[in-house]
Amino acid sequence: MKLPGATTTWARLISRRLLHRPSQSQLQSQAHRSSSSSFTSSGVLSQRRCCSGSSSGEDSDGNQDEFHDFPGAKAGFTSKLKYVPETPAEAVPCFRILDEYGRLIKDSHMPEIDKALVLKIYQNMVTLQSMDSLFFEAQRQGRFSFYLTSFGEEAITIASAAALSDDDMVYAQYREPGVLMWRGFTLNEFANQCFSNDLDYGKGRQMPIHYGSAKLNYATVSSPIATQLPHAVGAAYAFKMDQKPLCSATYFGDGATSEGDFHGAMNFAAVLEAPVLFICRNNGYAISTPAHEQFKGDGVVCKGQAYGVRSFRVDGNDALAVYATVKAARKMAVEESRPILIEALTYRVGHHSTSDDSGKYRKGDEMHHWKTMRDPVVRLRRWLEGEGWWDSDADQQLRAETRNEVIAAMQRAGPRMKQPLANLFTDVYDTIPSHLRQQEKELRSTVARHRQDYPFDVPL
Amino acid sequence: MGGRRASLPLVSRLCTSVKPRNNWVQKRSFITAKDLVVEEQPSGEEEKRAVTNKLNLFSAVNQALLTVLESDPKSYVFGEDVGFGGVFRCTTGLRDRFGKHRVFNTPLCEQAILGFGIGLASMGNRAIAEIQFADYIFPALDQIVNEAAKYRYRSGNLFNCGGLTVRAPYGAVGHGGHYHSQSPEAFFCHVPGIKVVIPRSPAQAKGLLLASIRDPNPVVFFEPKMLYRMAVEEVPVDDYTLPLSSAEVMRKGSDITLVGWGAQLTLMEQACDEASKEGISCELIDLRTLIPWDKELVEASVNKTGRLLVSHEAPLTGGFGAEIAASITESCFLRLEAPVSRVCGLDTPFPLVFEPFYMPTKNKILDAIKASVKF
Repeated sequence: MKLPGATTTWARLISRRLLHRPSQSQLQSQAHRSSSSSFTSSGVLSQRRCCSGSSSGEDSDGNQDEFHDFPGAKAGFTSKLKYVPETPAEAVPCFRILDEYGRLIKDSHMPEIDKALVLKIYQNMVTLQSMDSLFFEAQRQGRFSFYLTSFGEEAITIASAAALSDDDMVYAQYREPGVLMWRGFTLNEFANQCFSNDLDYGKGRQMPIHYGSAKLNYATVSSPIATQLPHAVGAAYAFKMDQKPLCSATYFGDGATSEGDFHGAMNFAAVLEAPVLFICRNNGYAISTPAHEQFKGDGVVCKGQAYGVRSFRVDGNDALAVYATVKAARKMAVEESRPILIEALTYRVGHHSTSDDSGKYRKGDEMHHWKTMRDPVVRLRRWLEGEGWWDSDADQQLRAETRNEVIAAMQRAGPRMKQPLANLFTDVYDTIPSHLRQQEKELRSTVARHRQDYPFDVPL
Repeated sequence: MGGRRASLPLVSRLCTSVKPRNNWVQKRSFITAKDLVVEEQPSGEEEKRAVTNKLNLFSAVNQALLTVLESDPKSYVFGEDVGFGGVFRCTTGLRDRFGKHRVFNTPLCEQAILGFGIGLASMGNRAIAEIQFADYIFPALDQIVNEAAKYRYRSGNLFNCGGLTVRAPYGAVGHGGHYHSQSPEAFFCHVPGIKVVIPRSPAQAKGLLLASIRDPNPVVFFEPKMLYRMAVEEVPVDDYTLPLSSAEVMRKGSDITLVGWGAQLTLMEQACDEASKEGISCELIDLRTLIPWDKELVEASVNKTGRLLVSHEAPLTGGFGAEIAASITESCFLRLEAPVSRVCGLDTPFPLVFEPFYMPTKNKILDAIKASVKF
């Protein structure tokens, strides 16, 4: 157990610049003889040299420039009993570039971004919407077991991915297929995973939407909340040690900030000075639990300072603002080897997943408002149209094309066989140990005797 | 460390019992041991592997870590208080030698230590994490069970964290009470995808730790803290590994097979000595790796002796002894001449003043040996 308070005596409250530091025993005996006030006149104080630079200010006890070397923190003193308020007087403002109508806000921090890049961002957002709509329907029709949409949050994942290097390692929660899509994961690849077919990289072992790609530097998704955050710190530390100009980016929702892994990862990243972007999609709900039942304080952005982590708050429904924020944050993370927290404020327009009915805990008006008035895709389209880079004909054509591509991908992926039975036993370890070989042998014998008990689309 | 076992002469006897079945010196390169407090005893000129130092267990662990840090620049050692040498001194001198970026303290958060290690390992590094006491590994259970163990499987082998090794001191010390004494190995034996390794002596610790670190799978490596200072034996200075998932017959016998691991083997060996005075010949097996375990070796031994006793400090119910008992009963049923016997910790929290009552002591083992033979 470390108890700094127990080992810190008043006698140790001496300036760091004390030229002739008395021995510990001398100081302790003085401390025992005197109260703290008489201690200050006992001669020890006269040997002090004040340290400048303290922010003790008006409340300090008269030695405004002085701080004391508690091992736990450097702080000035005050004779006033004051507390630190639970929230700052004003909430941290949310950075945006486009207003609700897709108009550029005057004097806003517009990032350097060319037409081709913004169009690609927009096209990806539309493709993601198409995939979500059709995959969601496919799940409802029973073609696969589960799905989860990104409706309302397309700007966060796609614009952030556009601002990252494709070599940056991504550790996603699960509502971030937009990042993968940006990096080139095809509709076929998404469909293969959801159908658990023979081409699924995950070999049919995980539920739909648990994508992963080594080629695209996107760690395979796992369901537990926030467990990927410390992984991102470890990977970032590896980049730093290998002197690669890269960072890792990890995505998570507002609910994840309650997990111990969030705390641990932020703290580790700060202390170990790891280049990580913590990108929080604060969409207001963790399944049904609203943010105000998740945490107190000024959302998520305020948590960064507690860990000594620089933080941004951005409108997650403004693709340009997300792009500008992540671009700036990435530069800081990589060049200064530091973690950055980004809170992207948004709204989960869809249900949590196909297993959820959010009408039971959210008002219809609220959902309708966000879907019709605050949609990030519409907002970016309006800006593109204002710039003369896009029009309704192009939009209709794009939507028709992506719809056809998604349908074609499902038609290709759906009828394929599942993964072969052998893949039940591989990859538990690097090689198959003897007890698993034995279990495979016994299972195959059982299947041979009771073939009707087992799915026929799994090759034996 | 408690004195209860300190008086046992058996630790030095372990020195001579380290004669593995396999050629354990798999790789040779001279390692300097200048950072260790050791008594150099060059023994024999004929072979390099014969060069040994007399080391205690924590120094053997230290030497293994030093060997890895020296031979692999992509290896890292980290955990709470690791920087100054660790509360059990296992990382002494390593930060000075390899720098604070490769050997470092972490904040006090076990789940993040594991999570960080997984991320580091997944990028092709050897991440060697220390959990200060096995009793404190539970906050990291989610990272071990849901992340490390499934990292390869769930990604279809696109990713793995095989470079991860988690070291944690475990077991009774005579005065540790609830939270400095537990043996949580069985929790981890229920998790496909990780390996669980426990050494019994300094030479075993070095060879098994090096093997665990280099194994392409995540390994939980429990170190018997009772033996950190107490167990002293000749340890080869070379870089060598001992095979995982390979148990070792420590002494041959014909009447009963005893299976154990870690510090418990010191007591079991004592019980074997006592039993032999009464004419009972015991075969003693160190399981060394608990998952995946060397069932074939235990089976062969039980088929020879017809009797099995398993002993561990962890509580009886749901302990790994139960798995061994069930497996061997299944495969050797017709050969068994007595029920499989388990001499284990009690199904209570690990106690303080009652520790001598809780423990599976030498005489409890001896009584069980006699009961089995007389059954």
